[in-house]
Amino acid sequence: MNVNDTEKYAAAIRSEAVKMVAAAKASHIGGALSMADILAVLYGGVLKVDSARPQWPERDRLILSKGHCCTSLYAALALRGFFDVAELSTYGRDDSRLMSHISHKVPGVEFSTGSLGHGLPFGCGRALAARRKGETWRTFVILGDGEMDEGSNWEALLFAAQHKLDNLMAIIDRNGIQSLGTTQEVMNLEPLAEKIRAFGWEAREIDGHDHASIREATSSFPSPKGKPVCIIARTVKGKGVSYMENQLLWHYRSPDKEQLGQALEEINRQDASR
Amino acid sequence: MRTAFIKELQAQARLHHDIFLVVGDLGFSVVEDFATEFPDRFLNAGIAEQNMTGVAAGLAAEGYHVFVYSIANFPTFRCLEQIRNDVAYHHLPVTVVSVGAGMAYGSLGYSHHAVQDIGIMRMLPEMTILSPADPGEARACTRYLAEHPCPSYLRIGKAGEPELHQATEGVPGLVEVVHGGADVAIVATGSILKNALEAVAILEKDDIRPSVFSMSLLHPVTSDLVAPLHTFGTIFALEEHLATGGLASILRDSLPISTTVHSLSLPDNLLGIVGSQKTLLSRAGLDGISIAERVAKLLRNAPHSSSKPV
Repeated sequence: MNVNDTEKYAAAIRSEAVKMVAAAKASHIGGALSMADILAVLYGGVLKVDSARPQWPERDRLILSKGHCCTSLYAALALRGFFDVAELSTYGRDDSRLMSHISHKVPGVEFSTGSLGHGLPFGCGRALAARRKGETWRTFVILGDGEMDEGSNWEALLFAAQHKLDNLMAIIDRNGIQSLGTTQEVMNLEPLAEKIRAFGWEAREIDGHDHASIREATSSFPSPKGKPVCIIARTVKGKGVSYMENQLLWHYRSPDKEQLGQALEEINRQDASR
Repeated sequence: MRTAFIKELQAQARLHHDIFLVVGDLGFSVVEDFATEFPDRFLNAGIAEQNMTGVAAGLAAEGYHVFVYSIANFPTFRCLEQIRNDVAYHHLPVTVVSVGAGMAYGSLGYSHHAVQDIGIMRMLPEMTILSPADPGEARACTRYLAEHPCPSYLRIGKAGEPELHQATEGVPGLVEVVHGGADVAIVATGSILKNALEAVAILEKDDIRPSVFSMSLLHPVTSDLVAPLHTFGTIFALEEHLATGGLASILRDSLPISTTVHSLSLPDNLLGIVGSQKTLLSRAGLDGISIAERVAKLLRNAPHSSSKPV
């Protein structure tokens, strides 16, 4: 597909992700949908990647730290041509490459995660390697807001600022809901942007569903200020499917046949109405 | 042993331009020369072991062979999941170097005693585990790792350990340090090999002459590696580690069931006592005299045993 039309690309990512989760009776669709627009904009033009050469040395590296939301990244990669879209139907099945937490054995995937709080330290290492080798590619790490509870992320925030890793961007999918409640109820992060700025980063809050905002925020990078950059993308968990939006339940539940039909219909209708 | 390690690493870094040293804000008066010679391949990651190990994995994913250096349990237990998921699962060339094996940090206490690390690291199938006994073995192990980058754990002592033997050609691996009788062997790992040699000198007076091996490769253990031990009916596994998961377990797991493996390991009830390494090992019954007594007694009491001192 033409991924440069990022709105259509995002709708296709959402459709594929919902189908995968429904077929596998899997969880985590809410957080996959909340970051679909971010992935569409990144893979729709911001990232320097080549689907024919997943290991191209000069590529930008994208690390998905919220590995449980892998369906939308698998979909984004397949639609971008890293592997056959038909393979998405094998998601979570016996002997599939598409593990239900993101797997580095899939073309285009840089790093396996699943346990939270691993992506940003690893991203720091890659960004530091680029710096030490004098290479110009960039490292992007997508994190969930719930995983900001992990101490390792705050270690990495300190580290990246200390080493002035302005070739590193963290994007926090700020959908406000974690496993057992809202982030405010479980472990209040606010004022998140102020905290991250206090750690020595440049931090910006944007609407994580507005493609122009995402594009603008992720394109002006590396930062001219010699600081790592954090984008706090305000999103809606389950975005695009009315009955999933902002519902904790859809961290876990998998749509049945009827719900799947409704979800696909809503996603297509929103896309057509643009 | 840490000086032997760092000097060898520095020499290897001149040959292998992928070698990168990361320290967890430890290594005062040890790592400075390396940092001065290779500023682009040195990093102090601060007191943050989870991030340090993730950073090491990220560097390794970009082609570096990363040595992560810290004390005792800090680079292993504190960041075990990063070693498991980020390093081992991704097969990245990160060598975790832990200084202060066993009770080398003596009176610094339980936090600084690495006495479960072999067992824990051995549970990770991808990890190569090396445990040198003296500075010569430490150099040989470091050289081997530099030439064979892989997910690995290097367990070294502290400072001032004597050279115990010259037979480092088989290191890492299993080398015979004392050629004794063919029935009984003491297999040691780490600097406690010294106590085995002291015990042998004592046992000799009772005409008990066990062979002594130093086992510096603890994982993976192949049948070929332990083949030289097949001729011994009785083996004493000597280690500065709890019995669970350590050398005794490794030998029991890899030798024929007909081989009797006695454990000369640290007892669980020693944890938390204040004392120097020497004192603690003595309390554990792992000084030379105690080892000699225990070996002699076990051989006397062994059912079906031909010993009859060997």
